Amino acid sequence: MSFDLLVSVSLVYVGFLFGIAYWAERRARRGGVRWLRSPLVYTLSLSIYCTAWTFYGAVGYASRSGLEFLTIYIGPSLVLFGWWWILRKLVRIGRSQRITSIADLISSRYGKSAMLGGIVTLIAVVGTTPYIALQLQSVTLSFGVFAEGAPGSFPVPDQRPTAIWVAGGMAVFAILFGTRNVDANERHHGVVTAIAAEALVKLFALLAVGIFIVWGVAGGIGPVAERIDASSLARIPLDRGRWLALIFVSGAALLVLPRMFQVLVVENEDERHLATASWAFPLYLALMSVFVIPIAAVGMSELPSWANPDLFVLTLPLAHGQDMLALLAFLGGFSSATSMVIVAAIALATMISNHIVLPLWLSLRKGAPGNLRLVLLSARRLAIAGVLGLGYVYYVWSGGGRELAAIGIISFVGVVQVMPAAVGGIFWRGATRRGAAAGVLLGAAVWAYTLFLPSFGHGVILPDRLFAQGPFGIGWLRPQALFGIEGLDPVVHAVIWSMAANCTAFLLGSITAFPAPLERLQGAQFVNVYDHSQGPRGWSQSRAEAEDLLIMAQRILGPRQAQDLFAGEARRQGKAGFLPDTSPDFLDRLERELAGSVGAATAHAMIGQIAIGTAVSVEDLMAVAGEAAQILEHSIQLQAKSDELSRTARQLREANRKLTELSVQKDSFLGQISHELRTPMTSIRSFSEILMDGEGMDPGARQRFAAIIHDEAERLTRLLDALLDLSVLEHGQAPLNCETVRLRDLIGRAVAATGSVGPGAGLAVRREILEEDVVLRTDADRLAQVFINIIANARKYCDADEPQLRIVVQRHGARLTVDFIDNGSGIRPRDQGVIFEKFSRLSDQSAAGSAGLGLAICREILQKLGGSIAYLPGQGGAAFRVTLPLDISACAA
Amino acid sequence: MGRHVLLIEDEPNITEAMRFILARDGWTVSSHADGATAVAAVSRARPDVVVLDVMLPGRSGYDILRDLRADPGTRRLPVMMLTARGQLRDRERAESFGVSHFMTKPFSNQEVLETLNSLVAS
Repeated sequence: MSFDLLVSVSLVYVGFLFGIAYWAERRARRGGVRWLRSPLVYTLSLSIYCTAWTFYGAVGYASRSGLEFLTIYIGPSLVLFGWWWILRKLVRIGRSQRITSIADLISSRYGKSAMLGGIVTLIAVVGTTPYIALQLQSVTLSFGVFAEGAPGSFPVPDQRPTAIWVAGGMAVFAILFGTRNVDANERHHGVVTAIAAEALVKLFALLAVGIFIVWGVAGGIGPVAERIDASSLARIPLDRGRWLALIFVSGAALLVLPRMFQVLVVENEDERHLATASWAFPLYLALMSVFVIPIAAVGMSELPSWANPDLFVLTLPLAHGQDMLALLAFLGGFSSATSMVIVAAIALATMISNHIVLPLWLSLRKGAPGNLRLVLLSARRLAIAGVLGLGYVYYVWSGGGRELAAIGIISFVGVVQVMPAAVGGIFWRGATRRGAAAGVLLGAAVWAYTLFLPSFGHGVILPDRLFAQGPFGIGWLRPQALFGIEGLDPVVHAVIWSMAANCTAFLLGSITAFPAPLERLQGAQFVNVYDHSQGPRGWSQSRAEAEDLLIMAQRILGPRQAQDLFAGEARRQGKAGFLPDTSPDFLDRLERELAGSVGAATAHAMIGQIAIGTAVSVEDLMAVAGEAAQILEHSIQLQAKSDELSRTARQLREANRKLTELSVQKDSFLGQISHELRTPMTSIRSFSEILMDGEGMDPGARQRFAAIIHDEAERLTRLLDALLDLSVLEHGQAPLNCETVRLRDLIGRAVAATGSVGPGAGLAVRREILEEDVVLRTDADRLAQVFINIIANARKYCDADEPQLRIVVQRHGARLTVDFIDNGSGIRPRDQGVIFEKFSRLSDQSAAGSAGLGLAICREILQKLGGSIAYLPGQGGAAFRVTLPLDISACAA
Repeated sequence: MGRHVLLIEDEPNITEAMRFILARDGWTVSSHADGATAVAAVSRARPDVVVLDVMLPGRSGYDILRDLRADPGTRRLPVMMLTARGQLRDRERAESFGVSHFMTKPFSNQEVLETLNSLVAS
């Protein structure tokens, strides 16, 4: 058989797969053919579990380790058959949460954690790379077999270029059918149908080879059994530890391998398909394994001892001249490799683009994400090429000569580190992000140290000395004998330690961390997924009446816009009138329109009620509550803003009122000044005219008129002085002259200054000399001015028959009060509020020579001195209280 | 023609100055310093002309003028208002109440005599 023929057959076969994928994709888009979505296709697509490792490597595995290869089939069968409820929950969660990958599952479960998504993606890439290398290696080896099998027919091809061609071809296929579009649910009908076809090809090929070997070569079941007994196979003992470890690892791998998660959960059309798969897939595995031991036994007895048992499936038919059967077997192996690689590449590309590229892109391009769809598609295409490139690099690096099964198991143990976080997350609400991250990272680290890095061989990555003595000579840290436990198989050793570390960290991390709200919500939705989901999402089984929907839409969008939307849709569907069919497409569009107005969750719940007639689910309610809370939050913020605005408005009104008041006060102040100045000027002018006339005036009158002019001129001066004084005090320009004085002296000075002659001389001043013996530090002249003012007022205004003024001094710590109480009729309550204002001379108590500035000046002075003055009502007469500090701090300045 | 003037003014020095110049001119001069009782004082004294201050203790000159104008007995009595608040607003207010003449302080003695003489002549 020529190399060209082999290549041609491969190309034709690939073309055939392209055809199937393309046809299925088109049918699916047009509504599809029912059997394309049947449980059988689903079950067959699961067969990507059986890779080239299974196809070729199982025989090799059997000839080296006997029945142990069965563990790789028993694990998944147990999971599917016995624990399909785990799968069912995974599938249900996958649908209700629109999960796109195993990384997405874990990221979503732990509060949409970008970090966890990235970690899981990295582990998946690291764990899958050897596996892809394995597929490249097996396809390349199988090419080589044909070269060796027919010496001289064509030269042995250089293996590396072959591997490159194989990798490139697979990348093209995966890119073409795996990244045609970015779809919310990430389903790929074309790819799934193609791998289902490949599943049939590989099963058929392996069965054909098996039947030929048993009945065509060995001569029936009996002779085969004899050959098995005769071979070394029967004498290989069972390693109980390895069996348990491998069954566990392969079962767990079925749940969390990225490619298995893709076909099991993401590509799942209907969760009832699981029921079929739970018996059909174990059956498929059984058929795939039934001829493994016979082929191994016959191969070992017929072929030379140097023949690679991994290739018996090809070399046995070739040795018996069955070229066509060998070609079929080659296609079977080719199918196994391509289907695994393509699905794995698509799954990894989805994870890489969603959990590594997109978060980085969004954080780099803040605010301007650009064309995200293009970014995603490009990222996926590059990721597929990158994953296959990594596989090729690993293939070249690892030398391409290792046992297939060994590489597969190392890869499994790595990816399985994700399992505790995944399974724990869907069954245990207490699981937290910290626990998941700690478990996955620690487990992966132990795996890398004990199994992955040593797999390159002693002295390749980890130095030889490390294996013999441990790092820094610490014996119990040797990679393959942790804590001094020696003699264990390396795989068992790695599984035990990595899972122990993983689970312990997961549990402890979860127990000690308190989950964030989003994480708790997601946890509840995952763990209690059956309580609030109705299976498939979307509106495929709609029973909605367009009319009902229109009524609801009108209420939300407004009649005009709703009718336009419905009429437009009806036109698009080619229907007369304005009511369209309630197709799933239309319901989706309507939901988006409504979501723009009322929020996504509310829109979904409203349409759900009309379209499916379901009660609103807890999940919907929680989402609605979330939106309501957000709206409430907004309205609280609005309320706060509005309060702030009305507060500002009130302050503005108040300021305006004060300004108006000030303006009125200024006007009346000017009016008052005018009056107070004009009054003495009137007397002065009038009397000076009289004096100027001069005639008929006795000298006594002349004298008297001159005295009046003099008095009035003095009154004018006093008024101007008071005004200037007040102005200086009000504008804070008056310096204080501090000195230490005795209160008694100060009051004495004031009483004397107000004069014991003239009007008001009859006022009896009663003092408490003992209490007045207080030493003050203050501006004595200013304080005396205050006292003089108050006492002068009493002399002027006290209207009692025997006017009397009591001065009462009291100390309150560092403060002093001096009360001035007379026995007159006092100040009327309605006037008490204004006496300290300028020009507030109360008209009915008017006395010559007063402009009504005295108390205003007193108030200003006391403010400067750190004290105050107040009117004390209810003391019998007019009563003023002056409050003072014993020592004013303003003096220091 | 009688020349009896009543001065309603609370500033004693101004009252004294006016009393002197008016008496020298041959007027009979009475005076009253309280706003509250001013209307009664006018009825009692029956002057030929009244000089009325605006800022008075007890009652403002405007109120007194309004009362005088409301009483038939004093409706035509000439009233000259004297005020230290010489703003236009005050003059308009006085005129709206029916003042005969409005004069701001300080005044010239000559002006006061001429005004009062013309008021009793008309």
